[in-house]
Amino acid sequence: MDLLFFGIAKDIVGASQIKMDFGGKLPKSVSDLKSALKDKYPEFSKLSSLAVAVNSEYADDNVQLQSNDEVAIIPPVSGG
Amino acid sequence: MNKIIEIVKELDTNTVYQELSHPQSGGICVFVGSVREITNNEQVMALEFETYESMALKEMHKLADVALEKWNLNKVVIKHAVGKKDVQDPVVIVGASSAHRTACFEACRFLIDTLKETVPIWKKEMFKNKSVWVSAHP
Repeated sequence: MDLLFFGIAKDIVGASQIKMDFGGKLPKSVSDLKSALKDKYPEFSKLSSLAVAVNSEYADDNVQLQSNDEVAIIPPVSGG
Repeated sequence: MNKIIEIVKELDTNTVYQELSHPQSGGICVFVGSVREITNNEQVMALEFETYESMALKEMHKLADVALEKWNLNKVVIKHAVGKKDVQDPVVIVGASSAHRTACFEACRFLIDTLKETVPIWKKEMFKNKSVWVSAHP
């Protein structure tokens, strides 16, 4: 699964894009993905919030992930 | 075109009046966000902005659409800068024009407040000896 990372999320994983196989157990939903990321990178649990965008739209925890989705990890935004 | 939505390297603050000017508008309201030199008593050397551009543009269009729906506006502008910005540089411009001032004042406030909550843009504060992603941690 290809994941995009921005802001502090990019610093936590050390790259702006990573192909992750999660040990062969691909997360099925946004909620699964967040848990898997927090397991692999505990720093994600310390953020004020963690959102996921699927195909450049904010996605709720129950959204199911497809293999061809563009999935982005969105740490707390701070524009303006 | 009643909305102008852009993410740019350099923000030009000189064009916004023409962009918002409209024969049926009697009021134009503009907010410009700029780099402040002090945060929590610490000297800021610069800000560094990055974005998830395709999504940010989508979210900015949504904001403009919500404002156009909610208030009777003739024009809306939302522009954000990315990259390294120095003290006093402009980093964001939002503006609206309307027949009377109440609508554009309210819309302008809504645009900047909501942009800060929803648009995927991130800012890193560069201090002398460290840098910090703003709002990342509680």
